[in-house]
Amino acid sequence: MSANSETLPVFSSALATRFDALVEKYPVKRSALVPMLLYAQDEVGYLSDAVIAEVARRIGITELEVRNVATYYSMLRFKPAGKFNIQVCTNIACMLRGGYEIYERFQQELGIGPKGVTPDGLFSLEEVECIGACCWAPAIQVNYDFHDELDPDLVPGILDQYRNPIQNKGKNA
Amino acid sequence: MADVTFIVDGKKLTAPAGTLLIDACRKAGIEIPAFCYYPGLSLQAACRMCLVRQEKVPKLQTACTTTVAEGQIFYTSTPEIEQARKAMIELLLGNHPLDCPVCDAGGECELQDMTFKYGAGESRMVDVKRHRDEQQWSPAVFYDRPRCILCYRCIRMCGEGMDVWALGIHNRGANSVIVPNDGHQLDCEQCGMCIDVCPVGALTSGTYRYKTRPWEMSHVSTVCTHCGDGCKVTLGVRSTAEGAEIVRADNRDKSGINGDFLCAKGRFSFDFVASADRLTEPLVRNAQGKLEPATWEHAIRVAARKLKEIRDARGGSAIGVIGSNRTTNEENYLLQKFARTVLTTNNIDHARSTDYAAFARALAGTEGKTASLRDIAAASAILLVGGNPTEEHPLLAWLLRTNVRLNRAKLYVANSQPIKLDRQAKATQRLPVGSYKDLAAFLVQGESDFSKALAAEESLVVIFGEEFRGDAAENLVAWGLKRGPNPDSVRFAYLGDYANSRGAADMGLFPDLLPGYVPVTAPGAFAEYANLPATPGKSMPQMLEAAAKGELGALLVVGADTVSRSSLDSAALKNTFVVVQDLFLTETAAVADVVLPAASLYEKSGTVTNTYGDIQMVRKAADRAGVKPDFEILVRLAGAMGVDVATLVPFSKRGTTGDLGQSRGAQAGEADRHAVWLEANGLEPKLSPFDPLAVFDEIARLVPGYTVDRINLFAGNDVHTEPRATPGFVPVGAIQSPSLVVPAHDTLFTSGTLGCYSTTLRQLEEHQSKELAKAAAD
Repeated sequence: MSANSETLPVFSSALATRFDALVEKYPVKRSALVPMLLYAQDEVGYLSDAVIAEVARRIGITELEVRNVATYYSMLRFKPAGKFNIQVCTNIACMLRGGYEIYERFQQELGIGPKGVTPDGLFSLEEVECIGACCWAPAIQVNYDFHDELDPDLVPGILDQYRNPIQNKGKNA
Repeated sequence: MADVTFIVDGKKLTAPAGTLLIDACRKAGIEIPAFCYYPGLSLQAACRMCLVRQEKVPKLQTACTTTVAEGQIFYTSTPEIEQARKAMIELLLGNHPLDCPVCDAGGECELQDMTFKYGAGESRMVDVKRHRDEQQWSPAVFYDRPRCILCYRCIRMCGEGMDVWALGIHNRGANSVIVPNDGHQLDCEQCGMCIDVCPVGALTSGTYRYKTRPWEMSHVSTVCTHCGDGCKVTLGVRSTAEGAEIVRADNRDKSGINGDFLCAKGRFSFDFVASADRLTEPLVRNAQGKLEPATWEHAIRVAARKLKEIRDARGGSAIGVIGSNRTTNEENYLLQKFARTVLTTNNIDHARSTDYAAFARALAGTEGKTASLRDIAAASAILLVGGNPTEEHPLLAWLLRTNVRLNRAKLYVANSQPIKLDRQAKATQRLPVGSYKDLAAFLVQGESDFSKALAAEESLVVIFGEEFRGDAAENLVAWGLKRGPNPDSVRFAYLGDYANSRGAADMGLFPDLLPGYVPVTAPGAFAEYANLPATPGKSMPQMLEAAAKGELGALLVVGADTVSRSSLDSAALKNTFVVVQDLFLTETAAVADVVLPAASLYEKSGTVTNTYGDIQMVRKAADRAGVKPDFEILVRLAGAMGVDVATLVPFSKRGTTGDLGQSRGAQAGEADRHAVWLEANGLEPKLSPFDPLAVFDEIARLVPGYTVDRINLFAGNDVHTEPRATPGFVPVGAIQSPSLVVPAHDTLFTSGTLGCYSTTLRQLEEHQSKELAKAAAD
């Protein structure tokens, strides 16, 4: 984080406005905790100490309580991921249709292991539980984009799309 | 709620509707095991040990969350249930290290006991157990994750019970860990309640861990020596070459007013007793002006001879006596009797931490208007004025929180600064600094919402402290007494600092007041005292002033560090013969001519009175070669001065032999019960002049308010006393001036002189001040 992070607002003004509304939405404020953490992670990239402190302040609970909840969920993370977080499903349908081959191919192509981040910070890789795309297994999710009915040879192409977004624009539409 | 009838294991039980099944069963003597259920805390239903079968319900139910209703039928010990419990234990043991032989909890571990009862001795788990290193969270608290069974007791106790919320749980499933609020450190009140409620050895205490095995200790139930709340504490003691040492303090038997509660001081700060700085032999100033070790006989002889000489040559008014806030009632009573009848002086005082005399005067002529701690714990509405109980009266704070949480009591807080108990308050009234004395007038006006709400309460307990002295205390009490005809309309509690400050005041450590706040000038007061001077003596500052002028021949100081507390130049005492009875070589002891090493409250017997007027029994737990209780020292001093000690301590009235049960032979167990009965009825033979209970008989006879329920007292319960002062007694102005009150304002981690000699307390204070600095830097 930058040196003057304390003086900078943690969230964009749009997100701050959204949070202001969110804490009013539920009968008890802390019901807003999980959605807030998720939106904050989408914007900031991970749950930094500053994010946790700010969420705790907004809900009126201790940072410890925020962490109690946040650590429960594997989709919430406390370290920065790559700009594009690749989530490879290895649950039963995807596994039977070659999910692990896809996962290994990604590791080779990116030169990183499970939960790794590429040195340029562009990609990170993790194995996840079912993403609800069993009919098109094996499937992966890159941030919120789905890629399905894959085979390992399609992996370089997918990575390329994200490496050169302008060049590939519209290709996958 | 209305009672309902239901059947458990074929036994018909009755309980109020809505009672938790586990409570109803336990009350009826049917044991239902549970790890996560803890009386008084919220329900967790995490451990699944309390599973029972309810008829017509398809699955096993948790008894800790099932409420009873009419006609239900339960089974609590069928093969099915035993199998379910066995399976739970097998799962818990899956990753639980079997390091019981070295675990602190071994021998008093709930998991051990359950395994013993339900089996699961063989594990079918083949994987390697997951080890995590032990963590130290503070000087007091250590955490061993693999032993943790995730019952959440510590988290709930810290949050709901203590309102600190310093513990949380991170991750999930088998990866779950208990986490302290500051990452790897605990920033909290260090009360150790989390350790206390831990059913296994996952949370261990810095002062106890790896010191002993539970069964190697003897357990003595006594009263904490630190603040004025008077928690009962069970001390685990073990023999050493020098006597007996204390290795643990807790109150797991939940006896007494405090139940299982103890604060950091009660739980961890008993180590002053074993401090290397303890005096263990008398010291007498030699011809070179140096204090040198002496025998008890020599030291007592020197002190007695000199005191007698000064009394006979210059009269009792040339001698001053300063008493203690930590000695027992019997010792305080004996001290003033010794001063008044042997030294023939009314120059007796103590370091007053609050104005009990004003409180007694304000309540003179009333009955049943003082609140015991039990009254406070059950009160429907409480007005707390001033002070900060969280810091200074941890048990009071605990009871107020618990009462609000479990009984929906209404707490009203009037304070000039925010305090932690504001969070439990129904209403708070911020008062301008220094305006407590105007509170009564403000409440009388009754215009604010705060005073209207108070007026609407049918019964009220008013708790206040040293902010109200003299007239201010009387005005507040007068306001309360006008609240109406209901006998419960108002009760008062008055807060003071030390373990027996109230006892010191009740026992007449005042220059103008005899025990029970009877003025020395009252005609016929304590007529049986020979030589009782009828004029008030000097207050503590007056004595010190006289000493500085060379007018005080001798000063006897018992368990008080007068020099360091009074900003007195220690040279001022150079022309005074000073005798000090204390645990440590305090600044006062350092200038004394004779220093007599005294036993601490943990090393003697007697009674103490907490600030609410609850009398409790103190029992000897630890022992240290070389020290003597102040009681014995005083009797020996009197004896050496040529006094017939039987006039001081009414012992051996029926001769010096007694049947202590020897004659009962085979019925030896009978003898114990017989002894209890005799003791309770004041009939047991008092064979020794060093028996404090011999003096207790006299206290009960002579001191108004101290005729108490002996059988309860001797059984270890608290019994309430009230200052039954004579209405209209007029104190001597200069001697009862409010300015003589110097409150200690000890915090959670300080405890006067004792605190200075407690390594643990100093470590805890250091730890918490670091945490404070860290929090401030964030």
